[in-house]
Order: sequence, then structure tokens, then C-alpha cells
Amino acid sequence: MLDFLVLYWPRLLSGTGITIAQFLAAAVLGVAISLVFGLAKLSSTLIVRGIATTYIEVFRGTSLVVQLYWIFFVLPLFGLTIDNFTAGYIAVGMNIGAYGAELVRGGILSVPKGQWEAAVAVNMSGFQRMRRIILPQALVNMLPPWGNLMIELLKGTALVSLISVGDLMFQARQINASTFLSAQVFGAALIIYYILARFMLTPCMRWLERVMARKLGRA
Amino acid sequence: MFDWRWEFVWQILPRLIEATGNTLIAAGAGYCIALVLGLVLALAQRTRHRWVNMAVNEFVEFVRSTPLILQIFFIFYVGPQFGILLSPWASGMIAIGVHYACYLSEVYRGGIDSVPKGQWEAATALNMTTMQKYRRVVIPQAIPASLAGLGNYLVGIFKDTPMLSVIGVAELLHTANAIGSENYRFLEPYTMVGIIFLAISLPAAGLVRMVEGYVRRRMGL
Repeated sequence: MLDFLVLYWPRLLSGTGITIAQFLAAAVLGVAISLVFGLAKLSSTLIVRGIATTYIEVFRGTSLVVQLYWIFFVLPLFGLTIDNFTAGYIAVGMNIGAYGAELVRGGILSVPKGQWEAAVAVNMSGFQRMRRIILPQALVNMLPPWGNLMIELLKGTALVSLISVGDLMFQARQINASTFLSAQVFGAALIIYYILARFMLTPCMRWLERVMARKLGRA
Repeated sequence: MFDWRWEFVWQILPRLIEATGNTLIAAGAGYCIALVLGLVLALAQRTRHRWVNMAVNEFVEFVRSTPLILQIFFIFYVGPQFGILLSPWASGMIAIGVHYACYLSEVYRGGIDSVPKGQWEAATALNMTTMQKYRRVVIPQAIPASLAGLGNYLVGIFKDTPMLSVIGVAELLHTANAIGSENYRFLEPYTMVGIIFLAISLPAAGLVRMVEGYVRRRMGL
């Protein structure tokens, strides 16, 4: 196992770097999409609500692999060619965004009605009310489920290896194909994913939860 | 630009429907494994032996935070290294079964925790053994409470079956890949796969919500 790691750590490391890059890009996209569609789903306009519902149901109703293939192989037929790295994080981000939109919606609905009324009473505009009163409180309420969603997102990035993005999963498959040291290479990859999720992502989310709770005086 | 051919759709539809059958079988078989193994894991997390609890907890955490596709590869390729030859179907079912068992164990745990303490005490007062308590008092009440979670993961498994195509299980996506490369047309097969997934998972999710509502009313929640 040790000489295996000595020999192949540069490739595993570069794969981990790509996985982290995919994760960050998809997370930014996913959070933005969640906010937009989460708010759109609460809109009073029927068309806006309909678009948001359709988006959420389509992306939650089909699987990420299918979405990934569709974006990478079918969109070029419509004249929209994207390279595999971009297609990867777009697919993962859009998928997670659909799940996140439901969390945003739930978080906003969980803010007590009195907060809305108080914001109206002090003459805030709709935008001010959302940004300064509702969203900060909604954010605290929905952060714990977001932690789980972020782990799902990290796991989702493993699928971009199927369109040949050189992430950790891809490197592991390549090394496996040339050496047949399956237990070592896939074992190492499993452990790296576990470390990323359990010892980097989860503590970050816990820290964020604490910071947000303190800012709202709830700690 | 828009080159959708209906006659091609009709031509490939029978093959896709046949593959949908395989997808459903894979999801069903994986789910059965997960249902049983999940309950075992949930009960193992509640034994009096601290080491067993900790080991099972760690295992569940590990499986839940690593990608299913990597686990599928791990099981498919590592077996032969030690002389155990598994078919794509067998290794796929094991991977999906174990992966979702870890999720379901959390659902079961929530259900078991929701059984009021008085029920345990009453069972103890009736001089039931631990086995009897679980089988006759706790689990019958825990299952209805966890039905919604169990149903959601059934839909989840169904949506994760396309990952089995990477090790050559002839499910829906695998068939669409094959059709696409035979005919050099990917628009229709991939789009049809998406539509078939929607057509099954949306009603299924609706059904889960209905059952959930029904059970909640029946239990007076």
C-alpha cells in the first residue's frame, strides 16, 4: 500500500484538486440557483412559480447522470458546445440547485409571520424585507440540511469522471486500468473522499452554523 | 438546428421500455437488500456493546460520505483481486443495497426513537424479552413513522440506477448509450431516458406523499 501511494500520489493529488475545483464551482452555481428558484417558488406570479416548479421537478425527477449526459452530449446538437469541465459543474450545480431551492423555500416559510409583519410596519420595501429580515433568519434555519446537501454535492462531482473530467474518480479509474491494483487505488480514493467530506466539509459547515447563529444572537 | 425524428423514437422505444424493466428490477432488488440490511444496521447501533455501536456508526458515516459510483467500482473490481468473481448485476446490487442501507438505517433510527418511552416501559412491565419488545411492540410502531423516509429513498434508488451502466448492467442509460453509438444519434435516446425517468419518479413521489398523509392521519399525527 505504501509503495503504491509513493508511486501514484501525484495523480491522486491532482485528481483531488480537480474534484475540489468542481465542488467549489458547482457549489457557487448551486447556491445561486437555489436562491433564485427558492424565491421564485414563493412568488405571487403564477408564471414565475410555474417555471420554478417545473425546473425543480425536472431536475429532482431525473437522475444526475442522465442530466450530465444530456448537457454534455445533447446540448452540442443545439449548437451549444461546452467543454467537459464546464459541463460537469453545470450539471452538478443545477441538480443540487433544484434540491437547494426546496430548502430555501422551507427556510423562508419557517420564519415566523410576525417578522414579516414587523418589517412591513417599519415601512421596508419588499427587497429590504427579504434581504435584511427574512433571509438571514431563513439561512440559520436551513443551514443544517445544507450540510447534508453539500456532502451530496461532493459525491455528485464523482460522476463528472464519466465525461472524462480528470477528477479523483477519473484518476482512480485510470490507475486501476493500468495496474489492476483495485483494492489499493479505489480504497485510497474512498478514503480521500471520506476525509474531504468528514474532516473538511462537515467542520466548515458546523463553523458556518455557529457564526450565523452568533450573528443573530442565538448562540 | 432542431432535428428531432419521431420515427427514430418509435423505432428505439421498445428497447428502451425493455431496459426500463431492468432498471425497475435493479431498483427493486437493491431496495429489498437495503430494507433488510438497514434495519440490521439500525438495531446494531442500539446494542449494549459500545464497540459494536461505534463501529457500525463509523461504517454508516463512511458509506454515506463517499460516492456510490466509487463504491460500485470498488465492489466490482476488488472482488476478483481476491478470487471472488461477481457479475455486474451482483456487484451493482450489493453496492446499491449497502449504500442505501446506511441511509435507511438513519430513517429506521428516527422511527424507533419516535416510539414513546412508555411503550418500552410497558413492554418491560409485561416481562417481554428484548427480542419480543422490538418485534411485537417497537418495530410495528416505528415502521409507519418511517414510511415517508423509506418511500423517498425508493425513488432515490431508482434515480441512482443509471450509475450501474458504468459496470455494464443493461439498464436504461446503458441501453441509451448503446443505441446512441449504434446510430450516431444521442438526442432522442438521452431525451427519452430523461422523460421515462420523469414519468416514473414524479408519480412515485406523489404516491409516497399520499401514503405519508394517509399514515399520518391514521396514526392521528
